[in-house]
Amino acid sequence: MAMALQLEAEKCTGCLQCEMACSYENEGVFNPAKSRIKVFTFHEEGKFAPYTCTQCEEAWCMHACPVEAIVVDMATGAKNVLEDVCVGCKVCTIACPFGTVNYEPDSGKVIKCDLCGGDPWCAKACPTGAITYVDDSDTTYERMRAWAQQAPSAPARFNPPQPKSVQIFDRES
Amino acid sequence: MAWTGNVLRVNLTAGTVASEPLNKQWARDYLGQRGLATKYLAEEVDPTVDALGPDNKLIMVTGPLTGTMASTGGRYSVVTKSPLTGAVACSNSGGFIGAELKMAGWDMIIFEGKSPQPVYLSIQNEKAELLPADQIWGRSIWEADGILHKLHQDPDIRICCVGRAAEAGNLYAAIVNDLHRAAGRSGVGTVMASKHLKAVVVRGTRGVGNIKDPLRFMQATEAGKKVLSDNAVTGGGLPQYGTQVLMNVINEMAAMPTRNMREVQFEGAHRISGEAMHEPRQSDGKPNLTTNAACFACTIACGRIATIDKGHYTVQNKPEYWQASGGLEYEAAWALGSDTGVDDINALTYANFLCNEDGMDPISFGATVAAAMELYEMGALTKEETGGIELKFGSAEALTQCAELTAHGEGFGKELGLGSKRLCEKYGHPDLSMTVKGQEFPAYDPRGIQGMGLAYATSNRGACHLRGYTVSSEVLGIPEKTDPLATEGKPELVKAFQDATAVVDSSGLCVFTTFAWTLDDIAPQIDAACDGEWTTEYLLEVGERIWNLERDFNLRAGLTGKDDTLPKRLRKDAANVGPAKGMVNDVHAMMPKYYAIRGWTPEGELTEQTRQRLGL
Ligand code: SF4
Ligand code: SF4
Ligand code: SF4
Repeated sequence: MAMALQLEAEKCTGCLQCEMACSYENEGVFNPAKSRIKVFTFHEEGKFAPYTCTQCEEAWCMHACPVEAIVVDMATGAKNVLEDVCVGCKVCTIACPFGTVNYEPDSGKVIKCDLCGGDPWCAKACPTGAITYVDDSDTTYERMRAWAQQAPSAPARFNPPQPKSVQIFDRES
Repeated sequence: MAWTGNVLRVNLTAGTVASEPLNKQWARDYLGQRGLATKYLAEEVDPTVDALGPDNKLIMVTGPLTGTMASTGGRYSVVTKSPLTGAVACSNSGGFIGAELKMAGWDMIIFEGKSPQPVYLSIQNEKAELLPADQIWGRSIWEADGILHKLHQDPDIRICCVGRAAEAGNLYAAIVNDLHRAAGRSGVGTVMASKHLKAVVVRGTRGVGNIKDPLRFMQATEAGKKVLSDNAVTGGGLPQYGTQVLMNVINEMAAMPTRNMREVQFEGAHRISGEAMHEPRQSDGKPNLTTNAACFACTIACGRIATIDKGHYTVQNKPEYWQASGGLEYEAAWALGSDTGVDDINALTYANFLCNEDGMDPISFGATVAAAMELYEMGALTKEETGGIELKFGSAEALTQCAELTAHGEGFGKELGLGSKRLCEKYGHPDLSMTVKGQEFPAYDPRGIQGMGLAYATSNRGACHLRGYTVSSEVLGIPEKTDPLATEGKPELVKAFQDATAVVDSSGLCVFTTFAWTLDDIAPQIDAACDGEWTTEYLLEVGERIWNLERDFNLRAGLTGKDDTLPKRLRKDAANVGPAKGMVNDVHAMMPKYYAIRGWTPEGELTEQTRQRLGL
């Protein structure tokens, strides 16, 4: 069974624990600037959204790389950068439609999510469950379920005030 | 390690910046943040200086755990001499700028002198420069933030800034970072503006890496996070209701100061409470609260992000206030609401937005308006003097008009900007000022919570709940329950809270963790990160040293034991309802014991023995 990161923006509080876990696992420092996952804040709407590589099946970055520095990790399905092969040409950063492979000026190479070899630190560090590591065919299951629960059949008056479920509705409406 | 070892010294008079090594011995003696910066201040500044003159210094400082994965490890403090109290000022803020400063490689910035022209400081890792602030001087913090983001073309910069209130000399002006987090109390923003320093812009990409024992640090912080998430307050009440979780609790026990502390219970509390912020409103079906939000590294996430009803009179024609921004915390809801008798949650949210937009401490502002309302109702302040404002308790319009004028430093707002002590003196009723050492009270009536009376009276920065929050014990039973109406045992309790809090404030962590954590949870995190050995016992010694150093600064500044008191109202006028009905605060019954266990003379001076014991 292949696993994937499931990101649920509606649960995120913007604490950046994931960015620190990621940079610490990969670089040995607490440094959001070197994180493979990035949390965006939309001040005016009061929204936070974590974002990282989706590990596309036909990975654009991998196909674009002229020196074959990006390879598939057979165990996890992650597309990994081989640091000693990468020449820092940045073609992959242009090819990726989502912007989730990035040039890192200190090393002169690119960095991207490698699923931490199957044990994602960001998911372990996230205090709100906004990042989970799940069966990749299930990544939207919880979201569907949340929407289904909003269906009018549930009598609202029996629900005590629950900020989280209200947010889900607000943020996506 | 965990400290970066670098101090940035900025001489505003000469327009120069320089790097110097951190004094490691002082870091060992005072840990970081509040303690460490107070040491620098006490060594470098004559406590008798004019707080708003060039000889005062302003220090922005991080703690050793700032910028790490320790939960809430993102705090920074601003330390200076306060223009409001004449005592040491130390205001603490979350958000993201503290961690960013650390990521840029700095433990602290010391600002000295006064710039001839308005400037701002820009920091990009090791590069720091002073730049002209012509484009942002005279603007609100929110405007300046937008302009600076455009100028720097980097979405990841973090900014702290002062607003028009500070520029106009408001004595309780705040330094606001990340749009709505603030180093709020004691006028630290006023000092910043007096130096012609408008903002600090920081981008740090170096990271924090020099942890003493990384594996143990990860385990210790992990264990700490589990304690926070398992706790009913930090894992439930705070994320759901924010600090506003307290509004109904405190009101029910009749310890909610109301209408300039004349009363102890507010009939409108349920309309401005944390619960009320969740209720969908009539107009658009949305609640006041949009979401909760975390500061850097925080796994509690108590922050409130809120909106004002677009149809409300305050913002009807002002779409710039329709967006979500920092919402009501308990202290703001109390000061702007209960203390002024206003129960209109939209008006309070608007006034709170203005406090953030132009940098004012909402506690001091709200409490000053409350004092002005009492003066007005008794005829000591006339409609002519208020510039036509009908300054009556309960009037939302009066509150929001005052907020606009004070935020912008205009008209009657200039007088409100002096704070309640100076205002009440000016209009002939000094007893109506609800302050200690010139700083306004926070939201716990000490008639119903006796220990808080002693904590307020002896707080080193004037009336403040965050110097020794015995509410934890007296109301919530954390770490153990004590009787809020009793005075026995309170001197010991106050001292224990004061010393422990000084440690938390010096570590880089948030004091709200202490709803769940004791120093036994914090010590392992500090010990794994920092050079040397850091036990709970040693940290308590550090806390006590910090407390005494602050006290010493204040005594040298000219304050005396006589200033350790409460306004007459709280000592003479009994509570009118609730469990404390008929009671006043018995602060002077607690004081001799408190001085004695502090190792001070009966006059409240440090003894030579105490100095030696603590190495002062
Ligand atoms: S899975 Fe690992 S590499 Fe990928 S974003 Fe999470 S922490 Fe970073
Ligand atoms: S750790 Fe979780 S809650 Fe915190 S910023 Fe990352 S995704 Fe959001
Ligand atoms: S508890 Fe609240 S104030 Fe403290 S760090 Fe967390 S979000 Fe910020």
